[in-house]
Amino acid sequence: MSARNRELTALVPVALLLTAGFTAVFAQENARLDNLSLLYGAYFLAACMATHIYLRIRLPRADPYLFPLVALLTAFGLVMVYRIDPTLARDQANWFVLGLVLFVLTIHFLRDYDVLERYRYTIAVVGLLLLLAPRLPGIGQQVNGAYLGVKIGPLAFQPAEFSKICLVVFLASYLREHREVLIVGARRVLGVTLPPLKHFGPMLVVWGASMFMLVFIRDLGSSLMFFAAFLALLYVATGRLSFVVIGMAMFLLGAWFFAATVPHVHERVDVWLNPYAHPQKSGYQILQSIFAQADGGLFGKGFAQALIFVPGTHDALLPAAQTDTIYALIVNELGLFGACAVILVYLLIAARGFKIALLAADGFSKLLATGLTAVFAIQAFVIIGGVTRVIPLTGVTLPFISYGGSSVVANFVLLALLLLVSDRARREAESL
Amino acid sequence: MNRQIVKLFGLVVALFAVLVGFTSYWAVFDAKALKEKDANKRPLLEQQQIRRGRIVAADGTVIARSVPKGHGASLRYVRRYPEGSLFAHPIGYSFVEEGDSEFEQFHNDELVGEESEFDSILDELRGRKQEGDDVVTNLDPAAQAVALEDLREVGFGAVVAIEPSTGRVRAMASNPPYDPNRIPYDLTELNENEPESPLLNRATQGQYPPGSTFKVVTAAAGLESGTITPETAFSAPSPLEVEGTPLENDFNTSYPPITLDYALTNSVNTWFGQLGQKVGQDQLFETMEKFGFNSTPPIDLPDDQVYESGVYSESHLLNRNDPVDLARVAIGQERLAVTPLQMAMVAAAVANGGRLMKPQIWSRVVDPDGRVVERMDPSQYSQPVSEETAAELTTAMEGVVSEGTGTNAAIEGVPVAGKTGTAETPYNESCGGGTEENQAWFMGFAPADEPKIAIVATVECTTQFGNDVAAPIFRDVAETILNGG
Repeated sequence: MSARNRELTALVPVALLLTAGFTAVFAQENARLDNLSLLYGAYFLAACMATHIYLRIRLPRADPYLFPLVALLTAFGLVMVYRIDPTLARDQANWFVLGLVLFVLTIHFLRDYDVLERYRYTIAVVGLLLLLAPRLPGIGQQVNGAYLGVKIGPLAFQPAEFSKICLVVFLASYLREHREVLIVGARRVLGVTLPPLKHFGPMLVVWGASMFMLVFIRDLGSSLMFFAAFLALLYVATGRLSFVVIGMAMFLLGAWFFAATVPHVHERVDVWLNPYAHPQKSGYQILQSIFAQADGGLFGKGFAQALIFVPGTHDALLPAAQTDTIYALIVNELGLFGACAVILVYLLIAARGFKIALLAADGFSKLLATGLTAVFAIQAFVIIGGVTRVIPLTGVTLPFISYGGSSVVANFVLLALLLLVSDRARREAESL
Repeated sequence: MNRQIVKLFGLVVALFAVLVGFTSYWAVFDAKALKEKDANKRPLLEQQQIRRGRIVAADGTVIARSVPKGHGASLRYVRRYPEGSLFAHPIGYSFVEEGDSEFEQFHNDELVGEESEFDSILDELRGRKQEGDDVVTNLDPAAQAVALEDLREVGFGAVVAIEPSTGRVRAMASNPPYDPNRIPYDLTELNENEPESPLLNRATQGQYPPGSTFKVVTAAAGLESGTITPETAFSAPSPLEVEGTPLENDFNTSYPPITLDYALTNSVNTWFGQLGQKVGQDQLFETMEKFGFNSTPPIDLPDDQVYESGVYSESHLLNRNDPVDLARVAIGQERLAVTPLQMAMVAAAVANGGRLMKPQIWSRVVDPDGRVVERMDPSQYSQPVSEETAAELTTAMEGVVSEGTGTNAAIEGVPVAGKTGTAETPYNESCGGGTEENQAWFMGFAPADEPKIAIVATVECTTQFGNDVAAPIFRDVAETILNGG
């Protein structure tokens, strides 16, 4: 079966899953079956089909599994968000469509994605500006003590979601060019391999950017995500574990320093270590998230069964259920097995992404695919890890599932880039 | 670079495995502990959406029921206690914010209709909503009301009434009570209200010196070990030097050689002090433990709301190898601290031919369709004394009521067996620190020849004696129960 036919076969069950999911939610809430779920399923399938046909024409050899896997997450996310609040789901569906449009546009205009290399410094600057934007007076927005959003007129978005793509593109390009010198120019000092300072300057900028995010944007999650993606790329490009260790030490040192001095960061870490200290205030979100998971058990309570609000009030029992803590809701309603299935889908996406990187012939493609996959996987890890108290809970979205336009759209752009790399890699492999 | 990419993927797999590990920890392995956390209102909130079963008295009087509030997604049930403070103890309360206590807490699973995961999946498929079962108790509202009313007239204290042959708890009152309907508004205030402590179930959590009621236990140990027979007589001088301190009888009376009947009827301290020493600590403690001392009484209330009785040093219980002043333990002094429930178990065991039945408040569980799901099966906890010993103790205790220190417990036309107790509790902070305060007791059962009910009544911080304040409560509650059935 050709790649695109495999993709097509995989999309049909995804649309059926969405239909079944809506049916379950309707049945739960209205105690009746509703044709609406069929309609939603049909819309979803139609949108996916249109995109699929476009892929058939433009990227016939691109990885056949990535798009269905992402469609699966999106379908699942739509059902979950609908179950929380139908109006939010309508927004989310619109963003899904917008995401598909940007997906198509990215593929259309960046067929020859090498141009990205030419503009890498521009892209890096754009990325940094995007990070800075939430602190700009007039357009910046503060959410829960962190500066995550930008609002220009009616348009509001979270620039960090787009910034991560800029950062990966820049790093992939920069490391492609400098990886040799970083390896060759390395010196051993006291048994530790140190990178050459001259070529490491821009790398320090990345470290600085991460620290900057920690302090000025107060976004521990994005900071962690960016820096981990950076270390992953550095390791793949140079093969030097020592660089990673040094980088990690620098990050931890910086994080430790700022955790001690910046109250917002300090509080997040405090709450993580000792959530029971203030169970009704700072510890409320993480504790409620864990309590929600405790109710899930192996099989979960079923779709639309979880308590999100205290009955009879508007007090959130699971704060930010549609964004930060949506994973806790998944564990509650679908149980450990459902949650493992979701993690498995992320793992499969990561596997396909790294497979693309392995197949890619040139250094930039390899590093780009690696970076995009890594940043995606790490984002999933940071938020699921936050909700399960592996690391401090931060305001990062669960890609393709959480409610949020920026996240959906940016991740579709990320997917487009991955498929571009994939198509070229397979085309080149076939022509050999 | 491919080698590094593969390794990086390995790292991602490892990180995701950590996520699966943590998720399984919260969702499965630690789930039970998390559900019991105070900060976790989920279990209660979810139960609030289930119509909790009623708690019903033996005669059908509704003690607790749930009423719906709101509708649709915001439908929830709130607990109501139509009898107000009458059954505050031992029923307790159950509210979302304030939590639950006593009987409501212990029988929570039945009241919410707890099901296995499999059953609840089946129910969901059938579209059935989970509903709680009713729990019918053994409590007799009339006896409960009399007990509480009598207590209110004389002071703080408790009454426990048990059917000796089955262990059914017919009344359990603690004064002062509280109105469980007010818990959502007054909990903090009630918690801080000392020394009244209305939330304390004095029947199971009051730890009082038993005074002379304990002489029944000492006598049981003496007879059971063969140290004495009903015919054994020895003199009881007063004062008697024990452990360097003189022990006195009432009015400092010295007695010539007397037997058990006479000694118990007149509650002769130095006689029982000597008996305790003759019996020895091993034997006395063995008998005590068979009566239930030194362990949590097997009643259907949460363990943390039922205290152990025994000889306490600070807050830990002494056992048979620890040094104690045996003569003073034998007369219910020393560091003995007992709950009214424990003394009721002693009375019930003696009344039931020496067989101690597990005291139980619940009688049966009835599902929403009216079917009896489960029935309380009377079961024996232990046999502290033989039938003969029990009979001899009964004879001696009858003397107490007919001609001894407990005449106020007498009921017209019904033979009553009992024992008074008046433990001096001077300089007790919770009594205000006065010198004249006593812990007054009466423990007994009726009819003595065919016991239907065993009752303990105790009053704290009273300047009066067991016969004055506790024996009349016994009489009133016993009459109510005997007349009722």
